[in-house]
Formats: sequence, structure tokens, C-alpha cells
Amino acid sequence: MSNGIFISFSFADAINNFVTWVVREYGDLFHQVTVLLLTYLLVPLEQGLLALPPLAVLFAVAVIGYAGTRNRTLTLTMVAGLYLIGCLGLWDKLMQTLALMAVSTLLTIAIGVPLGILMSRSRRLRWCLVPVLDVMQTLPTFVYLIPVLMLFGLGKVPAVFATVIYALPPLVRLTDLGIRQVDGDLLEAARSFGTTHWQLLFGVQLPLARPSIMAGVNQSIMMALAMVVIASMIGSRGLGEDVLAGINNMDMGRGMQSGLAIVILAIVIDRISQAYGQDGRLKKSLRLKKTAGAKA
Amino acid sequence: MSKIEVKHVFKVFAEQPAQTLALLRQGKRKAEILAQTGVNVGLSDVSLRIEEGEIFVIMGLSGSGKSTLVRHFNRLIDPSAGEILIDGEDILRYDERQLLSLRRHKISMVFQSFGLMPHQTVLENAAYALTTRGVARQAAQEAARGWLAKVGLAGYENKYPDELSGGMRQRVGLARALAADTDILLMDEAFSALDPLIRTEMQDQLLQLQSGLRKTIVFITHDLDEALRIGNRIAILKDGELVQVGSPDDILNRPADQYVRRFVEKRASQQAAMPLQ
Repeated sequence: MSNGIFISFSFADAINNFVTWVVREYGDLFHQVTVLLLTYLLVPLEQGLLALPPLAVLFAVAVIGYAGTRNRTLTLTMVAGLYLIGCLGLWDKLMQTLALMAVSTLLTIAIGVPLGILMSRSRRLRWCLVPVLDVMQTLPTFVYLIPVLMLFGLGKVPAVFATVIYALPPLVRLTDLGIRQVDGDLLEAARSFGTTHWQLLFGVQLPLARPSIMAGVNQSIMMALAMVVIASMIGSRGLGEDVLAGINNMDMGRGMQSGLAIVILAIVIDRISQAYGQDGRLKKSLRLKKTAGAKA
Repeated sequence: MSKIEVKHVFKVFAEQPAQTLALLRQGKRKAEILAQTGVNVGLSDVSLRIEEGEIFVIMGLSGSGKSTLVRHFNRLIDPSAGEILIDGEDILRYDERQLLSLRRHKISMVFQSFGLMPHQTVLENAAYALTTRGVARQAAQEAARGWLAKVGLAGYENKYPDELSGGMRQRVGLARALAADTDILLMDEAFSALDPLIRTEMQDQLLQLQSGLRKTIVFITHDLDEALRIGNRIAILKDGELVQVGSPDDILNRPADQYVRRFVEKRASQQAAMPLQ
């Protein structure tokens, strides 16, 4: 068959063989990872959240929200939003989604921050990682969802891994950027007093990169939430499930309701995580300035 | 034995310094080499001795290599060639551990841009050198508190650097370096960013502190007045070369060349214009 000026070749078979090989050789290992994640992290967290009385959860959100934002109206709005989700009969699904988000975010941070630190220290590593991160961010999710499914089976665990792959790049990038943006004069001053590499990292670089890293965490959580519907396609339970059911049954109302619930959850997590990303002292001084301005 | 001894130190900012070093040894100047090869020369064949307990001023215009030279003393910058001895030991042979120990126990530094940690309080900043070397927090902060009081910052311990004026920030920088209790204090244009009144005040304070401490102070400045005021000896750098080393009297009355003479004359004419000072 002629293909014009194009030389015909395909690497589809090679990829297929590779995936089959990995599944055959390492399937047990991946299965064990699945079991571990489920028994020690996902299931206990989900059970715990579901066992909590909704009132306690709402109260906890109010306390955490107010401690972070110091804004009564915002806190009340957030709690009211979550209460509304309960009114729509989606409370249990909300908790399931929350558990999935929490585990994905935890894994993303555990991988992303160290990777970002390494990337900020080695030009060569950055050179290698940047294209990989680009691919992770732009490759259509379904393309890697299939191999992830073959490795981890249906359910929550592949959803977690797919989410981590999707949510990792912004955190790695922003950690790297935050550390590289620390003022060179400060690093020199620190070094002049005999600071070791570890002291420099934990005492100077990470604290000063904190706003950038927290912006990365915030971005990662938002991207993870965007994966909720896709996650439910591979059998993880939660709010995405209802969206999917709504689409399948042409039940626009049901889909819209749970879509709204996802948006509310996103706003709540976004506001709270942003609040904790800001420098506490800066926030305080801004607030003082605002009240002083109001008095004057 | 001199406290600090610099022997034929060259610094060129190039990946392959050998070729440029050869040119320098043939007697080529900084400008010629820059034009010919595009390589920037930091220092060219600098040798000097700094004695224990003196205030040694290194003076020069910007680009003369003075900040580069002072960073060789604690190896923030490594030379391309030459030797640097501190208490008779060649610090260029130091491994990582010895270098840390040198920076922690023997040399501390004050910076033009202050170099204070914005996320730490004044007290934590002043205690930085001590906590870094592993002194317990309580003891480190106690010592830092004492030094803050000595530089006139009692009561500011819990402020953050961005809440202080430039002069106060540099006092924190000074307290941090003094709290380290090292023999040698490097001051890189420490007072240059301050306005004239505060600057004179800080100079007086430094002299007063020094009369009790007798540290070896290496002070970098581009200002001849400042150099004459606080220096026991003054070295003048031009384009990475040492032009003259001598007492303030030598510099004023026996300038080594036209370059130094111009500095002195400019100062004389400024003083003539302002008879009140």
C-alpha cells in the first residue's frame, strides 16, 4: 500500500507487546501495590470519612477554613455549599470523592516535591524531565488509562494513579521554579556561615519557595478534581459516578446536580489550600492595613 | 605570621582559565584581554598580608575586583591560581568539612545587600550563624540577644527584616556576624547602601566595638573617606590589580600613581567645597 512521501511504519505492536510483557512479568507486583493501597490507605480513609457524622465534617471544614482564611463570610459560604451537597443526597459520594482526592494529592506531593527539588539542582535532570512533564500534561488521559487499567485492574487504584500522572507536572514545575527563584544573595549569605546543603534546603530554600510550592499543590488538587469523572469511568465510586450516569441516561438534571457538587468541592478545597499557601505574617499585616484603612 | 596571606592570586571568569592566565602573566591588562578574548579578569596577581587585629580596607571603584577578592577569603569564590593562607593554613586545600568549619568558626561576613532571611525574625537572623553550627536554640538566641543590644537593637528582636530601615537591617547583619564570634570579620561594602548620616554612625559604632574586640576586619569600600576613617591600612585595587597598600597617611601623602592621586585630589576638592565639614 502506497503512503505517498511517507515512509510507513508503526510502533503500535511494539507498545502492545511491551504492555503485555509488563503485565505478564510484573502483574503480581502491581496487584500487591493495589492491595496495599486499598487496605491501608483508600478503604480506611473512605470508611472513616463515611463513618463520621456529617455535622462533624461540616464543623471541621468551618474550623479549618476559618483558621486559614480568617474570613467569616467565606467560611459560611463554604459550609453552606457542602450542606447543599448533602441536601442533594450526594453526601456519601462526596466523602468517597474526598477520600480519592486526599490519597491522590498525598501521593502527588510525596512524589512531586522531591522531584521538583532534584530538578532545581540539576540542569541535566531538568533537561530530561521537562519534556516528560509536557507529555504527562498533554497526553490524552485515555491513552494511559488503558495500560494503567491493565496493570492495576478496575476501581480506585488505577484512578489514583491516573490522577497522579495528570496532576504531578504543575507541582514539580512550581517547586523547581520556587527554589530557583530564591535570591542568590541570600544563598551566598547562608553559605558564608557554613550552612550545609541540607540546612540550606530546609532552612532557606523550602521556606522561601513555600508560596510557589503551595500554588503547585493547589493546581494539582484542581487538576485532580478534573479527573473525578474520568476516574468513575474506570469504576471508582464518587461524585463522578452520577455525572456519568446522567450522561448515559440522558438525565441532564442528575448530571448537573453532581457536576455542581464537584464545583462546590473544588471551590472549598481551592480557597482553603490557597489560604494556607500564603505567608501568615503577610496576611496579618494586610488585614491590619485594611482595618486601619477602614478606621481612617 | 599574618592572619590572612594572599599569594599571587589570579581570578579569571572563564571555563578554561589557562590561556587567559598565560596572557596575564605576559603582562596584558584586563581591558586588553577582554577585547582580545572576551574573558573577564577578576583579579590579576594580587598578593597581600593582613595582620591580626587590624582593620584592613580594600578600596576600589566598581569592577576593580574588591568584592571578588574578599570572597576568596571564605572561598565563596575559588581563585584560578594562587594561594590563600589563613593562620598559615592553605584554605584552598580544605575539603568540604574543613571549609564548613572555617566558615562556621573562623570567618564571618557582612553583606552590602544585608542577606537577612525574610522568613525569620531579627532574633532568629542574629542567631543564624550559631544555630547553623549546632548551638542549642536557647543559648544561641541568648547570645544573639546580647549582640543585638550592643548594636542598639534591643526591643526589635521579634520584628521581621522587612519592618526595619536599611540602617537597622545592617545592624542585624553586623550582630549576626559578631554573634558568630569569629577571629575574622569580612565586610563587603557593608555601609555603602546606607545614607551618609547613618553611615557615619555605623562607622563610629564599628570602631567603638573594634576597640574592645580586636578582630581582624577586612572592610571593602569604594569611598576613600570611609577608608581613611576606619582603616589601619588600605589597599587600593584597580582593574583587578593591586595599586598600593599602605597606611592612610601613605595614601594621602605618598600616592603610588596617578590613579591614587586622583582619588586623593577629588577628596581634597570636595572638602574645600564644603568647609563646614
